[in-house]
Amino acid sequence: MYRYDEFDTRLVQERVEQFRRQTGRRLNGEMDEDQFLPLRLMNGVYLQLHAYMLRINVPYGAMCSRQIRQLAHIARTYDKGYGHFTTRQNIQFNWIQLKDVPDAQGDLAEVEMHCIQSSGNCIRNTTSDQYAGVAKDEIEDPRVYCEIIRQWSTLHPEFSYLPRKFKIAVTGSPNDRAAIALHDIGLRMHRNKNGEPGFEVLVGGGQGRTPFVAKTIRDWLPPEHLLSYLEAILRVYNMDGRRDNKWKARIKILVHQTGLEEFRRLVDTEWEQIRDSVLKLPQAEIDRINAYFAPPDYEKLDDAGEAVAAWRADNADFDAWVRVNVADHKTPGYAIVNISLKSPNQPPGDMTAAQMDAFANLADEYSFGELRVNHRQNLVLADVEQLRLWELWEKLRALDLATPNIGHVSDMIVCPGLDYCSLANARSIPIAQEINERFSDMDRAHDIGELTINISGCMNACGHHHVGHIGILGVDKRGKEFYQFTLGGSSDQAASLGDRTGPGFPADKAVDAVETILNTYIEIRKDGERFLDTYRRMGMAPFKEALYGTF
Amino acid sequence: MIIANSLPNGFVVFLTAENGWAHDIDKGVIAESDAEADAMLRTAKQAEHDCAVVDPNLITVEIVDGQPCPTEYREYIRATGPSVPTPS
Amino acid sequence: MALFNEGGLAEDLFSDVSIGDELPAKGTLIVSLNQWRENRDKLIGRSEPLGIRLKSDEKPEEISADLRHFSVIALEFPAFRDGRAYSYARLLRERYGYTGELRAVGDVLLEQLHFMHRVGFNAFSITDDDAMRAWEIAAADFSVWYQPTGDGRASVMALRHGRR
Ligand code: SF4
Repeated sequence: MYRYDEFDTRLVQERVEQFRRQTGRRLNGEMDEDQFLPLRLMNGVYLQLHAYMLRINVPYGAMCSRQIRQLAHIARTYDKGYGHFTTRQNIQFNWIQLKDVPDAQGDLAEVEMHCIQSSGNCIRNTTSDQYAGVAKDEIEDPRVYCEIIRQWSTLHPEFSYLPRKFKIAVTGSPNDRAAIALHDIGLRMHRNKNGEPGFEVLVGGGQGRTPFVAKTIRDWLPPEHLLSYLEAILRVYNMDGRRDNKWKARIKILVHQTGLEEFRRLVDTEWEQIRDSVLKLPQAEIDRINAYFAPPDYEKLDDAGEAVAAWRADNADFDAWVRVNVADHKTPGYAIVNISLKSPNQPPGDMTAAQMDAFANLADEYSFGELRVNHRQNLVLADVEQLRLWELWEKLRALDLATPNIGHVSDMIVCPGLDYCSLANARSIPIAQEINERFSDMDRAHDIGELTINISGCMNACGHHHVGHIGILGVDKRGKEFYQFTLGGSSDQAASLGDRTGPGFPADKAVDAVETILNTYIEIRKDGERFLDTYRRMGMAPFKEALYGTF
Repeated sequence: MIIANSLPNGFVVFLTAENGWAHDIDKGVIAESDAEADAMLRTAKQAEHDCAVVDPNLITVEIVDGQPCPTEYREYIRATGPSVPTPS
Repeated sequence: MALFNEGGLAEDLFSDVSIGDELPAKGTLIVSLNQWRENRDKLIGRSEPLGIRLKSDEKPEEISADLRHFSVIALEFPAFRDGRAYSYARLLRERYGYTGELRAVGDVLLEQLHFMHRVGFNAFSITDDDAMRAWEIAAADFSVWYQPTGDGRASVMALRHGRR
């Protein structure tokens, strides 16, 4: 884990005090809401339907046990005892009071966390692969570059009033677990023909009402030029991005309207001027940060295949959990454990303060005191000894954190929707809960196989519906909640946007529609085909017919 | 009725007959005419200016079982809280 | 409005005529880009110092060859959310080498003064109310900076690795 040095600490503390002053000036009337709004957003404070909401950055999804304990403390002290993990590897609290925010931020600063730029038209939390540092297919640890980007983008004086928000994602592996093609900038580590690692740079991806898969603007960028190249892209965007229309202000529209070739020329022209400036990364800084991400003190172990196999043969629930929730680790004898926050008993992504505290203890006991959050609103313990999987599983079960549904039908991405969000058109959580109930039989879920259902409560697409294998979008149709479906979306290295099935369904028919889609898939799938494969082979026709009948 | 969020704590509030603010919708005042509604909105805007509330708005309600109930679903959720139980 | 610079409240010696049609025959003026283009020779021939005001869609590139003629360049913020001039300011300072007064005008909020200063502004046109408390609020906020800009403040990386 990265640890703050004196500079990082001082900056975050100064930011807390600055926001304390700004909040004071708002509460005593020196500032009106219009002036305060961008300031509070850049400190993570929204005003939602019922209350203020505070969004806290979890930089590239990495946390230590001390930090999640502090989140539990914040949930209990300033909120209603729970938090909600988001697709941007952040956590948000739904009932925070404005007057308490500076204190809560002070508590966060104590554990090296902050809310800086978790909202607003600025560079947001940089996201990454939840398997960083432990994935078998990794070339270099992406967290190193994420941390470099975090520091460069924090309080950037030039890029704090961009046309619109700006999201960057980094992966160090060819298999994309961070949905980089759906970001304003995506960075994918790979080797050039001389075998040197560098970044493929993608630009202009995004969801919202006009979704785009990002395009490659540069095949290979040496890591030392990372910041100058990012600064060049951001400068072109800051000067030329549209500011006349909020819906056309993201960089994806600029890239689309300018054309990739011309946009690349603009960026390269700018980059030429600054590539060898002070922004060039000194190797000493890369090394300094890299040292924080050195592997923990692994024991010299052999793979424990036989012992785990015996437990699995013994217990079908454990077997299912290992098959679905546990992934390969690059170090012999260790495993990566995915923790589902999609239990049928709780809104997707939610975690209570008690669960956070207990989970912090498990992280200490089983995974060197570290944990991760991924963009699918689940958690990860990255360094678990295979021989302790059984033990861990029993403890997770007691906390309702062992639902064996990772990557399956009930492991949905779900935005807060109309139950909390002031921009929503329809609710998402009740639809998710109904799906979870309908498919609660895990044998059936496992028979359906790998599947992502993503649900958004409005066009803003925080629930990633465009890239769900099945996407569900809530709309408002004359005062009633309706749900439109898309099929065939995907956010991995072969990213694609889903296709609309046709007219939407009322709330009480939406989950029937999911069932119809899945039954159709089961009927027509070939051996070993995932839902996505079947859809890509067969196209929309059979699903459309099943949903709407023949006309 | 007038619905708003309290500035210091953010919670949903309704304008009362005494020109104060209450968390319970049934303590709020219902306008019986357009003129009354306009006057209430002016009061609310003044309260916004005085840093008591944020974003006051007029909403329509109907009386259900003797209780005011917002006709728009969004405002109904604001008045009654999330439709799903909160985790505990 | 009040003019505020690194020394505190300052007297504004310039009159901004950039929105008028006619150029006054005399005076220490801030002119628009159009006025500059149409009256270039006449303006260069005058003895008084000259200022120019650029709108947020007028890039500094347009005047980069003429910078020696200007003692003041005013960059306009049509709304405080419009951040284009932050980039323009850095280009003027760091790329085109402008060393004169760089003034932020338009919708300029106290809370933004610090960032503006960091990108190269050294004068700010702000409301009279704000002027009384401007610098204490804007300048006191931070003592560490991650980004190297042209303002001479040492970045964190420079401090960490002992280089500038
Ligand atoms: S998708 Fe819409 S409803 Fe859902 S969180 Fe985003 S803005 Fe709110």
